[in-house]
Amino acid sequence: MISLVEKMRIRGGVHAEENKKQTANQPIQTELPLDTKLYIPLQQHVGKAAEPIVRVGDKVLKGQLLAHSQGMISAPVHAPSSGLIADINFYPAPHPSALPIRTIVIETDGKDEWCELKPVNDPFSLDPEEVSLRVGAAGIVGMGGATFPSAVKLNLGRKSKIHTLLINGGECEPYLTCDDRLMRERAEAIIDGIRIMLHGMGVKKAKIGIEDNKPEAIALMKKACEPFPDIYVITVPTRYPMGWDRQLIRFITGSEVPAGSRATDVGVLMHNVATAYAIHRAIRFGEPLVSRVVTVSGKAAKRTINMEVPIGTSISHLFSITRVDPDKTARIVMGGPMMGESLPHSDLPIVKATSGVLALTHDEIKTGTEQPCIRCASCISACPAGLLPVDMANRIKSNQLDAAVSIGLKDCISCGTCSYVCPSNIPLVHYFKYAAGELVARQQAQHKSEQTKKLVEERNNRMERIEQEKAEEAARRKAAKEARDREKAEKARLAAEKEAAS
Amino acid sequence: MKIVPTSGPHISTENQVSSIMLQVIFAICPATLFGIYLFGWPAFNLLIITVVSAVVFEYFCLRLAGKPSAILKDGSAILTGWLLAMTLPPWAPWWVGVVGSGMAIIIGKQVYGGLGQNVFNPAMLARVALLISFPVELTTWINVTPFGSALAPDFITGLKITFEQVSDLDAYTGATLLGHVKTELSQNHLLPDILQNQFTIQESWLGFMRGSMAETSAVLLLVGGIWLNYRKIINLSIPTAMLFSVWICSLVFNWWNPAHYLSPWIHLSSGALMCAAFFIATDYVTSPNTVKGQIIFGACCGILIFIIRTWGGYPEGAGFAVLLMNAATPLIDHYIKPRIYGRNRQGKPLEAKE
Repeated sequence: MISLVEKMRIRGGVHAEENKKQTANQPIQTELPLDTKLYIPLQQHVGKAAEPIVRVGDKVLKGQLLAHSQGMISAPVHAPSSGLIADINFYPAPHPSALPIRTIVIETDGKDEWCELKPVNDPFSLDPEEVSLRVGAAGIVGMGGATFPSAVKLNLGRKSKIHTLLINGGECEPYLTCDDRLMRERAEAIIDGIRIMLHGMGVKKAKIGIEDNKPEAIALMKKACEPFPDIYVITVPTRYPMGWDRQLIRFITGSEVPAGSRATDVGVLMHNVATAYAIHRAIRFGEPLVSRVVTVSGKAAKRTINMEVPIGTSISHLFSITRVDPDKTARIVMGGPMMGESLPHSDLPIVKATSGVLALTHDEIKTGTEQPCIRCASCISACPAGLLPVDMANRIKSNQLDAAVSIGLKDCISCGTCSYVCPSNIPLVHYFKYAAGELVARQQAQHKSEQTKKLVEERNNRMERIEQEKAEEAARRKAAKEARDREKAEKARLAAEKEAAS
Repeated sequence: MKIVPTSGPHISTENQVSSIMLQVIFAICPATLFGIYLFGWPAFNLLIITVVSAVVFEYFCLRLAGKPSAILKDGSAILTGWLLAMTLPPWAPWWVGVVGSGMAIIIGKQVYGGLGQNVFNPAMLARVALLISFPVELTTWINVTPFGSALAPDFITGLKITFEQVSDLDAYTGATLLGHVKTELSQNHLLPDILQNQFTIQESWLGFMRGSMAETSAVLLLVGGIWLNYRKIINLSIPTAMLFSVWICSLVFNWWNPAHYLSPWIHLSSGALMCAAFFIATDYVTSPNTVKGQIIFGACCGILIFIIRTWGGYPEGAGFAVLLMNAATPLIDHYIKPRIYGRNRQGKPLEAKE
């Protein structure tokens, strides 16, 4: 019966082939050759890009601030290793477009020398605000891929009086094992990071959700949180997209986040395990976020590993370490295979959001040709958001975007489960992404036309007013002239009368 | 290394349309083989003719529509032809199979735009159209003549039965159980007398009785259906709802008046019910998309079958019931939709509660 209730708490989803065993037993490697050049994009987070404070030719030490954050939602960027600033210019971004993005290039000196750090011995004596400030200064962002500045979230948690901090250890994407390894090898540090976050938000309780395909991580994390009665590990079913925050929130707390609301509206807030670890390093050791654990996998890679990589390391460097066969590589994916982005080439840097880099062979990727929909409804039963992907796609195909919105297009989370399960290889999620973009474009166009209309109307009004003023002016003048004429005539008459009288 | 960037997901299930069709065909194989064993070479001929002509009609339509003939590989035409053959009288002449396939593929499927576009189940549409157009051929039920039995036709005789007019077929034929019951009841006979010496429940479940080519063995159809469910090709909501509603209706009426209403077990084990429940009504294209919708669909199918069998003009109503509910499917899908996360059934955001 309990299992039935549990089942009700997760909707849809798929159990994709995990492909995690290639890397699940690979310890996180830290002693890897340093890349000669590090490319550090100034925008690795949601919000405004950071503004550089170093100049070309400056010598920097590892952990030194390179660019400070701009405005409320932003994050600073630090030097991932010591060396010289070689360039501050536009370089391709780790994005499918590989469009240029402002980037600081460091030529590493190989010494990997830390700058002076300011560790805190007792983080719990710090002011909660101080915790947020330090987390913000360390450039920590959501490491699960969302890259929302963590300090902003901590502040939000403190202000909105949440009751439970949820920690996402789901790692539901196939192939990826970076969080799994982190939990297995650095469980105490993660728990410490969670405690610091709890302190920073003034919250007592934390729950860590881990998928049941990671029994070792569950056991070790349970052991690590034994001394702390308010931190629990909760085993969640292995089912993509379990890592979708709202899915996990519903599973763990039983409450659903209303559409258009934040998680804090149901009294919870979610952070990733890797973020908790980064916060532990930032507060206890004063280390800013300059490296992260990355899974390198895929059948085109001869070695599949987890490694702690300095931010800015180029993917081709990782590929040379893992001996990726370029002839076999059919697709390079940054992130997991479900929601990750495919990259046009490997000369792009690792950023704070990079949980994995996959070199996938032709056999591994989805290649089938599109066939007609047979209305098997797999997409409907698989959709975690409870949408009707097939109907939405049909409406988008016939350009009825408003109709697609009316049946829930805006509630789509782009998890790709529908495309994954479709036996006819219909690119469902692609339609939804396209439609979402198209809607924005149309709204902008509509906004523009409304603006134009308004301006034209204003101009017409203005012209009318001027005309009217002119007419009034003319009338006034005419009246004045008439008055003057009358006065003149009067005067003349008076003068004539006078003359006549005299 | 030439890479075209594309958006995720980068992986997909192994499940493809053709593999789904193939697995359904595999699931109906036991019942079909048993039907061929029971009714001999003519049944085999009919299956081949129906399937081949279905594929030919499909090819013809694809050519006409200017679509690539590679679409044939999806296997849907084979499946449609096969399902139709299963529901035909086993010794039906060749042209019944050909005309049936033509109606199924052309009128039932391709005029709507091909796979996935049709409103009605093609096989059932053809079956019902044939029944109305050719009532004699479609109600000629051959006696059970398994391979090896004295009356089993050899291969040549089989070809003659299929391709030539056979005049003295009456000697080998009789009524199906449901047909017999219907006729006798209309002559005011009572059920216990009618069923005496006619019928054992084991035969009915196993299928050693007159009936359509591959619909007689309820057990083998059940096995195929369960296997399909195990393979996650179908879910059991439609079959369960359908069988359960027939069972419940007949249970109530049988309990009320056992002399006039057949027992639920006879209902379940005879006629086209099992075949329709697992292989016809579960057709993706023509059944609702949500589990709740499927339960309504299945239950209504079951009730309609019971009504037609009990009070209708035909002894069996599976085809009619499925077609009627096919017509109701868009309506069911319109009203029964999954609830969107964070919203109530009306689509409004939920109230926040901590």
